[in-house]
Amino acid sequence: MRVKAGYLAGLATLAVCAVIVHAMPSGGTVSGKVTYEGTPAKQKPIDMSKEPSCAKQHATPITTETVVTGSNNTLDNVVVYVSAGVPDENAPGQVVKFEQKGCQYIPHVLAFQVNQTLEISNADQTSHNIHPLPKVNREWNKSQPPGSAPISEKYDKPEFIPVKCNIHPWMHGNFAVMKNSHYAVTQGEGGFSLANLPPGKYTITAWHESYGDQSQDVTISGSETKTVNFVFKAKPY
Amino acid sequence: MSAIRTTAKCTLVLGALLILPFVSSGQESHIGKLNGHAGTGRELYFRYCWGCHGFHGDGNGENAPYLNILPRNFVAATFKCRSTPTGTLPTDKDLFNSLVRGFNNTNMPSWITLTDQNRADLVAFIKTFSPRWKTDKAGDPITVPAEPKLTMESIKHGQELFQKLECWKCHGQEGRGDGPSASTLTDSNDQPIRPYNFAAGSRFKCGSTNEDLYKIFLTGVDGTPMPSFGDVVKPEEAWDLVHFLRTLQVNHKSPELALWESTKEGAEQVASRRIKGTATGSGIQQ
Repeated sequence: MRVKAGYLAGLATLAVCAVIVHAMPSGGTVSGKVTYEGTPAKQKPIDMSKEPSCAKQHATPITTETVVTGSNNTLDNVVVYVSAGVPDENAPGQVVKFEQKGCQYIPHVLAFQVNQTLEISNADQTSHNIHPLPKVNREWNKSQPPGSAPISEKYDKPEFIPVKCNIHPWMHGNFAVMKNSHYAVTQGEGGFSLANLPPGKYTITAWHESYGDQSQDVTISGSETKTVNFVFKAKPY
Repeated sequence: MSAIRTTAKCTLVLGALLILPFVSSGQESHIGKLNGHAGTGRELYFRYCWGCHGFHGDGNGENAPYLNILPRNFVAATFKCRSTPTGTLPTDKDLFNSLVRGFNNTNMPSWITLTDQNRADLVAFIKTFSPRWKTDKAGDPITVPAEPKLTMESIKHGQELFQKLECWKCHGQEGRGDGPSASTLTDSNDQPIRPYNFAAGSRFKCGSTNEDLYKIFLTGVDGTPMPSFGDVVKPEEAWDLVHFLRTLQVNHKSPELALWESTKEGAEQVASRRIKGTATGSGIQQ
């Protein structure tokens, strides 16, 4: 009986705690900028003459996107995420979309969570084959002719996965499969912000498809905003 | 005396080394009435397979650097010839069939010389290399409906699909494996790979019957640029494509080719694509 009472009290405390955690203001934030030093590789214009239906969609040829930079040496398409300090989270219900348009992947880097539904669509007048090349997750390769229904897929393990289309060899993208919801992809001026972090110690990792990854530890107390900046060494090739 | 002891010790250590990585492998395979056991399969593997597929089954055997199409990496557990949808594990029977057949155009021979039991044991052992065999089930084999009667409409419709699905982008308009994207293709090991040349070959990698060809469209060849059309073609369309592809095999007799050649258009086309000339090469025209 006593044991049972203790048990109940424990449960009640837990429930109260859960409510408190839930009702708590958003917690701390880690924000910052990703920049590079050195000279990044020059992006080459893509020759789409073999696929006229795509070529005509681009007034000027688009370039490769292995390194995308902004002003003041900022670096885009970097996935910044909490790699340690946060428990793994279940996938949100919302669907992430990956589009093939003008023989280009939009977005170039798509981050989503483990087991989150990924929807791939083809807006082009040509067939594409979507061929992600995972090492940890299972590998599949599907054809998607124009006008066909979107493909729904999921990945059940965290991984950075290069994506390509074998028919149009210049098409290249990346999936970033994340363990938790604390991630961001730098867009525009290399800026990122990871909000809603409860007080604690975290490891923040930044990943770039050409320059690899780097990590920094950060401690958050209260609802403060900590600044973490990443600098990648650019390679000229 | 001490020499003998040392030898005995060495043998023990070597034995332990061979066995250690797989101690916990109680993996089995089931092919019809056959039950394969990984324990027996291990012995066979280290006799016949590891020279290419490697000690750890990762395709990094001693011979691997000399092979053009790299040996299968069993740790990655991505398999080309399956009866199951793209991205899923093959059935035991699929792996068994691959051992019987071998892989045309690669260094993997047919293991027809082994007994059925041997092959079943090998399949069981191959399944110990990747943890996926413990966490995932083999995919559900795709159903292959009965082949419809061969007609000219079927061939013609297959021809339209060959254009519409853009098969020619890799396989070329005449099926010679020389389409505009062909030269850029790489497999998942980043090795250059050629699309199948229908005009030259008669055997396919995953079996040569019409049913085998049908399966290829719907399952794709995982680990290569050949995608699955499982979500985008209807069963009857896939059969039409099979019938059309047979007409691209101008040097391989088939009912489809015979029917195609019985028309004026088909006869002219096949005649123009056949290689004429002598075996020594003089007077060769294409």
